[in-house]
Amino acid sequence: MTHEMTAAAGTNGGEMQGATHLVPIRVYLTIFSILMILTAVTVGVSFVDLGPANTLVAIVIAVTKMMLVILYFMHVRYSSRLTWAVVGGGFFWLALLLLLTLADYLTRGPGWLHYG
Amino acid sequence: MAGAHATQHPKLQHHFDNLDQQFEASALGMWLFLVTEILFFGGLFLAYLVYRIAYPEAFAEASHELDVVLGGVNTAVLIGSSLTMAMAVWSAQLGKRSGQMLFLALTIGLGLVFLGIKAVEYSHKFEHGLVPGPNFRFESARNPVPAQLFFSLYFVMTGIHALHMIVGIGIMTVLFVMAFKGRFTRAYHTPVEVSGLYWHFVDIVWIFLFPLLYLIDRHGPVGH
Amino acid sequence: MDTAATPHANYLTDGYGLKSWLLTKDHKRIGLLYLISVSAFFVLGAVFAGLIRLELMTPAGDLVESDVYNKIFTMHGVIMVFFFLIPAIPAVLGNFLVPLMIGAKDLAFPRLNLLSWYVYTIGGVFTLWALVNGGVDTGWTFYTPYSSAFSNSNVALVVVGIFINGFSSILTGLNFIVTIHKMRAPGMTWFRLPLFIWAHYATALIMVLGTPVIAITLVMVAAERLLHFGIFDPTLGGDPVLFQHLFWFYSHPAVYIMILPAMGVMSELVAAFSRKRIFGYEVVAFSSLAIAVVGFLVWGHHMFVSSQSVYAAMAFSLLSFLVAIPSAIKVFNWSATLFKGSISFDSPMVYVFGFIGLFLIGGLTGLFLAALAVDVHVHDTYFVVAHFHYIMVGGTIMMYLGGLHYWWPKIFGKLYHEGLARVSAVVIFIGFNLTFFPQFIVGYLGMPRRYHAYPPEFQLWNILSSAGAVMLAVGYAMPTFYLLYSLVKGKPAPANPWGAKGLEWETPSPPPTHNFDTTPVVTEPPYNYAK
Repeated sequence: MTHEMTAAAGTNGGEMQGATHLVPIRVYLTIFSILMILTAVTVGVSFVDLGPANTLVAIVIAVTKMMLVILYFMHVRYSSRLTWAVVGGGFFWLALLLLLTLADYLTRGPGWLHYG
Repeated sequence: MAGAHATQHPKLQHHFDNLDQQFEASALGMWLFLVTEILFFGGLFLAYLVYRIAYPEAFAEASHELDVVLGGVNTAVLIGSSLTMAMAVWSAQLGKRSGQMLFLALTIGLGLVFLGIKAVEYSHKFEHGLVPGPNFRFESARNPVPAQLFFSLYFVMTGIHALHMIVGIGIMTVLFVMAFKGRFTRAYHTPVEVSGLYWHFVDIVWIFLFPLLYLIDRHGPVGH
Repeated sequence: MDTAATPHANYLTDGYGLKSWLLTKDHKRIGLLYLISVSAFFVLGAVFAGLIRLELMTPAGDLVESDVYNKIFTMHGVIMVFFFLIPAIPAVLGNFLVPLMIGAKDLAFPRLNLLSWYVYTIGGVFTLWALVNGGVDTGWTFYTPYSSAFSNSNVALVVVGIFINGFSSILTGLNFIVTIHKMRAPGMTWFRLPLFIWAHYATALIMVLGTPVIAITLVMVAAERLLHFGIFDPTLGGDPVLFQHLFWFYSHPAVYIMILPAMGVMSELVAAFSRKRIFGYEVVAFSSLAIAVVGFLVWGHHMFVSSQSVYAAMAFSLLSFLVAIPSAIKVFNWSATLFKGSISFDSPMVYVFGFIGLFLIGGLTGLFLAALAVDVHVHDTYFVVAHFHYIMVGGTIMMYLGGLHYWWPKIFGKLYHEGLARVSAVVIFIGFNLTFFPQFIVGYLGMPRRYHAYPPEFQLWNILSSAGAVMLAVGYAMPTFYLLYSLVKGKPAPANPWGAKGLEWETPSPPPTHNFDTTPVVTEPPYNYAK
């Protein structure tokens, strides 16, 4: 694949939008392969009893997959600091929602929810 | 507009100075929208988290009722659609019309496959009485009562995700028509880029739903 | 409509038909569409407030049945919070002024801006539909499991209405953030932005970060109520208090959606009428952001008497005190700006003094409520009702009206009757205190909120409160008349009637469709009053 930014200049419609970034196809294919492998790994590991580590492994793999999609498919790796701040801010606020609520549930003591 | 900016690009709206500013504004707008989506789904993930901590056994039992094969295939389908989406953006960046149409069509097709498989899964749950409400039946379980919470969250989370897929497919269809008409060039392809961000986001939501709903209790002692 | 506007044409004369308004993409016209809708909802909400005060004149519940009373205070809260206070300043004044103040031709997404008004209207229609259909009785907070399992009123319709309405907030916030980042005129650096813009930036952050959480929460309530998907249902092991966490994650910061824009208006007015640069400009700017961030860390103080753990309650109590710091910084800085300024008492400035008085009382009683032990005593009493009305009504509406008076000549190109305007500001201030100060006392004595009957010993305070409500109604009615009268008979306003600084005063009144004949270039700091 030689469709790098310079190689493709001037084929159709004049200058490319300056603010966008052209990622080589092989990068996309590599990321896709890693994502598929990680999917297979997370399914495989889920059938092995690792105790509490099962959840940890699943979350770590999911976060890794998410990072790959965000950084490469969504071009954040090549984006402005503002984009990084927006993405980071979104996850920071999600963390506030989850952690402050858990601060309640995890300190309620035993038997904090029951049914019947 | 036409008089004042006769020399400008026809896609440049009157209140922007140039196409770059217009693109940056659109991209930032989409990213902010995705932040609202993070927090929108965040509320559901919070509910899942709280109840899973409260009722680990019931959630493990209920999780075993989901079909790992169908869920796994759907994960692969969605990741594949993210690749085709990225390729559609790539084609748009280079102004390749046929590439845009091909990859948008593939993205739409994979999206439809995902929804089809999801529909099969839903129909299985209906047949097994696992839809929450007055007709909920999960007699084989040791914790049938809180298991209903799991299925409520399963249907709401995957249902809203599927709704996002349907909206995404609608957007891709519009883009396909625009691509067919040759609207996207090297100089202007903002709609493809920002819609791509949305599609990838919907993929990311599934990347979390799949392990949380289908996988993490798979190894446990309860099985059928 | 786009080609070369003649020098005297402005956005009001640019098309007269209904279509030119209902399909407009001009942020100024959309601001006026919001002005009309928001005012209509205010009148409706005020009617319900009047009914509440009428019922509470006597200790016995003799005017309406208890379940009708439940619907009255619910509709009052729902309409005032979601359809008046939250959109009031951002969607009316913010829409009109944000592009003007930063030297832009429009907001970044004009079509989304118009969509936000339609979304607001559709949400409003659902809510009115519920009202006509018999109303809703859950209180504006929709606490589960009552809302999801027991109430026989139109919960679903209102929930859908507020869900839809939320998107108007999100679209407005998103539009403001992108506009402020990407559309500033040459030379308009971040620290040359008017503090009104900083305040609206902070507000927009809350709109974007908070609103989606209440949206999904209402989806869950609707799923539970309509589809019987148990999520908060305690008979299935669900936790109704989880609803409260999700609800207050948005609804506490929503208070800052109301008050931050009011603080932005304050800064503009204080600077203009004391002819001084705002004391500690940067600190005031950052305190807006600080309020937006810290405001997200305090929601648990609404849940001190729920099943929330006492450790979480202590943490939320401490965090709640933190919000007082940036709020107090602002009040100190405005006061310091007044010091040795050449102060003039034009009508917007009378509202400024009203705001300082009411916000001070509202803010300080907020400290009482942030204190865990005190809150347990006064929770769900009229003390709380009085506190949040001092902030939301005393703060937000004072500055909504102050800002409306200040920018009215700019918006419509007409001057109103200054004497009547000052009188109305004073009437509102006195009427407000008469209405709500007695509620602090009667609340501290133990009168609970949301009941239509009460022990006879509380009657004096309630009669004072109802009398104040009458005065308040007169105070709010006055501007309606002299402002509307000014549109017909008012003298034409010059471009800058107050001699104020800011880009919005450098373009004609009313402004041309594209705001500026030539893009302004900014070369000086904000509030650069010669001193």
